[in-house]
Amino acid sequence: MITIQEIKKSLIVSVWFMLLTFPIMVIRVNTVEKIVEWRWENMFFIGISVFFLSFLWRYLMKRKELEKKPDIGTWEISILQEIVKKPKILICCSCCLVLFALLLPFIFSFYQTNIITNALIYVMLGLGLNIVVGLAGLLDLGYVAFYAVGAYSYALLNHHFGLGFWSVLPVAAFLSAFFGILLGFPVLRLRGDYLAIVTLGFGEIIRLILENWNEFSFGPSGIANIKRPGLFGIQMSLETSIIYIYYLMLLIVIFTIFVVNRLQNSRVGRAWIALREDEIACQAMGIDKTKTKLTAFALGATWAGMAGAIFAAKTTFINPASFTFLESAMILSIVVLGGMGSIIGVIIASFILILTPEYLRAFSDYRMLIFGATMVIMMVFRPQGIIPNVRRTYKFSKSRIEN
Amino acid sequence: MKIKKMEYFFELFLGGLTRGSIYALIALGYTMVYGIIELINFAHGEIYMIGSFTALIVASVLTLKGFNQISILILASLAAIIYSGAYGYTLEKIAYKPLRHAQRLSPLISAIGMSIFLQNYVLLAQTSDFLPFPNLIPEFEFWEPYSHIIGSPQLVIILVTIIIMVLLTILIKYTKIGKAMRATAQDKNMAMLVGVNINHVISITFIIGSVLAAVGGVLIASHIGMINFYIGFIAGIKAFTAAVLGGIGSIPGAVIGALILGWTESFATGYVSSDYEDVFAFALLVFILIFKPAGILGHSDAQKV
Amino acid sequence: MNIALEVKKMTMDFGGLRAIDNLDLDVKHGEIVALIGPNGAGKTTFFNCITGVYRPTRGDILIYPPDREQLRINGLKSNNVTEKGMARTFQNIRLFPNMTVLENVMIGRHCRTKSGVFSAIFRSRKTIHEENDIVEKSYNILEKIGIERFVNEFAKNLPYGVQRKLEIARALATDPFILLLDEPAAGMNPIEIKELDELIKKIRKQEKLSILLIEHHMSLVMNLSDRIFVMDYGRKIAQGTPDEIKSNKDVIKAYLGEDSDA
Repeated sequence: MITIQEIKKSLIVSVWFMLLTFPIMVIRVNTVEKIVEWRWENMFFIGISVFFLSFLWRYLMKRKELEKKPDIGTWEISILQEIVKKPKILICCSCCLVLFALLLPFIFSFYQTNIITNALIYVMLGLGLNIVVGLAGLLDLGYVAFYAVGAYSYALLNHHFGLGFWSVLPVAAFLSAFFGILLGFPVLRLRGDYLAIVTLGFGEIIRLILENWNEFSFGPSGIANIKRPGLFGIQMSLETSIIYIYYLMLLIVIFTIFVVNRLQNSRVGRAWIALREDEIACQAMGIDKTKTKLTAFALGATWAGMAGAIFAAKTTFINPASFTFLESAMILSIVVLGGMGSIIGVIIASFILILTPEYLRAFSDYRMLIFGATMVIMMVFRPQGIIPNVRRTYKFSKSRIEN
Repeated sequence: MKIKKMEYFFELFLGGLTRGSIYALIALGYTMVYGIIELINFAHGEIYMIGSFTALIVASVLTLKGFNQISILILASLAAIIYSGAYGYTLEKIAYKPLRHAQRLSPLISAIGMSIFLQNYVLLAQTSDFLPFPNLIPEFEFWEPYSHIIGSPQLVIILVTIIIMVLLTILIKYTKIGKAMRATAQDKNMAMLVGVNINHVISITFIIGSVLAAVGGVLIASHIGMINFYIGFIAGIKAFTAAVLGGIGSIPGAVIGALILGWTESFATGYVSSDYEDVFAFALLVFILIFKPAGILGHSDAQKV
Repeated sequence: MNIALEVKKMTMDFGGLRAIDNLDLDVKHGEIVALIGPNGAGKTTFFNCITGVYRPTRGDILIYPPDREQLRINGLKSNNVTEKGMARTFQNIRLFPNMTVLENVMIGRHCRTKSGVFSAIFRSRKTIHEENDIVEKSYNILEKIGIERFVNEFAKNLPYGVQRKLEIARALATDPFILLLDEPAAGMNPIEIKELDELIKKIRKQEKLSILLIEHHMSLVMNLSDRIFVMDYGRKIAQGTPDEIKSNKDVIKAYLGEDSDA
């Protein structure tokens, strides 16, 4: 199988990378003590791993070429897709999952429950961004701005007027939607890649304003002592409130899944996908581009806003550092990894991306490195994500419709 | 009082010119790559950052070995240029080449991934702290009398930028590879038919863009005197703004855009507030894209139906 | 017969380049009209102008919907043009590749239906009814075109000829009274072309609509059309019945070159 030629190729690649990474990986200068540290072991490590990775890379490339012809779905994927397709199995599986989720706080510690709540927030953010990027195909790199709008709406309204979580949640959602439309209007005419940069710029502007406008947002020091969500005025201990927020989050995530699922097979959802697939044809079929894009922006932002309010209520402290571009990139990589437009994919991806660094501490330093690499590798080898979106199918018997 | 005001204005003007020159060097990479493969090379800022890091590492090692300033400047710059070029080349081969026929968003997401990857690669292999960058550009003695107007480093930055612009223009206008690049930018298939090796041209474009970024990286790092793994991100966005402002794909446009951006930032921070330095740049970017997406020298092309 | 589409003295400039020069054209209700001409004559540009992709520099484009007043549609956005009853297909197929065949057609129903975000979420009886209606109508169209066996396939996996037909199906789903077909037979083999010929006739008869098509296959054009317009370098050089066009000197010159009349 492996020819001399291939070994030679891999050797060349590995030497190339050893040279390429030499100054950054091997040399480290301590400018204070004026010592040069030579880390030759890194070079060796790079050489070996690149050598083997290059075989893997070529193998995957070859497989990708083969898959291009007809769609030979790989085995494991087709099973997952079958499950997604068959409503009975799907309902059964989701019932088990919901049951597990309900019992979870009693099985795991508070600490772990808290982490899972975190993951659920990302599920929500991922599903929200999924509307914008996955369904409507609008690459939004400033999604975190709407998250920030939601978080600060609750934090500020709570701080200044003492408003409670439940009354602010709809306000936060509404404000974020408003910002979504505010951003959406001017950028409608822009092509995909320009849109990405403008949204990125918008996200950074919001963050910089929050950082610098001390009178309004209390600057980099942020806002502390935000009230946790209440439940009919019942006094709760820290532990109870962690569990309470967990259930709250679970409920909202289920609601989100419900809504996104209904939307993606609706008239509006189809219009989004058509817009993603071909803008000109979409318009030629009588779809109003402006309206469709704005709806996607506004809805995506609404979800980010709600997630933001919950985040503020959960951590009781927010500052601009939570809303950097990296956060946007992380949510985007959830959507990309999960599979654009795929609900189950996004859920699985957010759990992988949030929980792995939590439980593998050694892994957490390399988190962003791996995120970045994942985005590249996914785009090169599997642009449709872990679990590609499955379109709804219809059965017909003599013009009678069964779904 | 009046003179003070004039002097302040002039100071800001030169500050803007220096900044603008650096932005121009980076912006050219964006514009050239976009001109050829219509991709926003999101990781371009990271190439610039890696260029500065390489220069820093080489310069530090040589300083400890007792080399003199001029040879350090030359060797460090050379190392930065070679390494940036090599990174640019490799980047294209890994992250963009396999995606040349993919969907619209795929290369862009891949580029963002590469950018995050390279940032963290440097962060993990080196440090997250700001590192002091040695002042590589010498203070010229003959310039001493004028140095209250403009310091030698600033002078060097502006001069180097001008020289590079001239060289680049000559390269693109008169050399064979320059012609091949222009042909590829016009029509990839047609260029292929008349015997242009597209892969070759794209690689060369990435290398040239990266080399320019490296030069910018060394100059700005020794001017400001501090670098960390994150400098590429902000610089990249700003240079991109410059490229778009001038009209992406247009080389003189990138320079004009960079200068306008440099002055805007310089005057806005000088006269309005320094807290919002980056906001001005981003706001400018958003405004251009909304009101004149084709930029100053760009031409909007109708989408083919 | 009454007029369905009327283009008066339309001119389209791109910078200094005149792509269409003072063109007059009309299509009557129930008529099949062909627009022919050598490559680069400006036929597709003409389509793009009257469907709102481009805004023509000068001239009038009028449509006469059967049950409504006449409308001037210059400068309308292309989705509004479709909504007013003029639908089109594309020369270089522009389907939605990652949607199923049925969904592609269902998109065509978009402008004839109403439900929005909230009704999608709450799924009221009215929405369910509308949804079923969309599915049923779309399926019927697929049956009519004869591609219903591909109903749940992704559009990107279809054979070329079926993709062309799906484009027609999708356009029909918007309930047009004029259908614009941009080279519907391009890339088809003789058998497929014959099928297409019959299909277009059937559509005209059943749907009672007018068809304006751009086509290069002369046998198909001559066989199908009631009238033919010929364009060259952005100008109309001839119009008439197929027989008149066949013997027109200017047309032969345009197709075979200046020197061929010797």
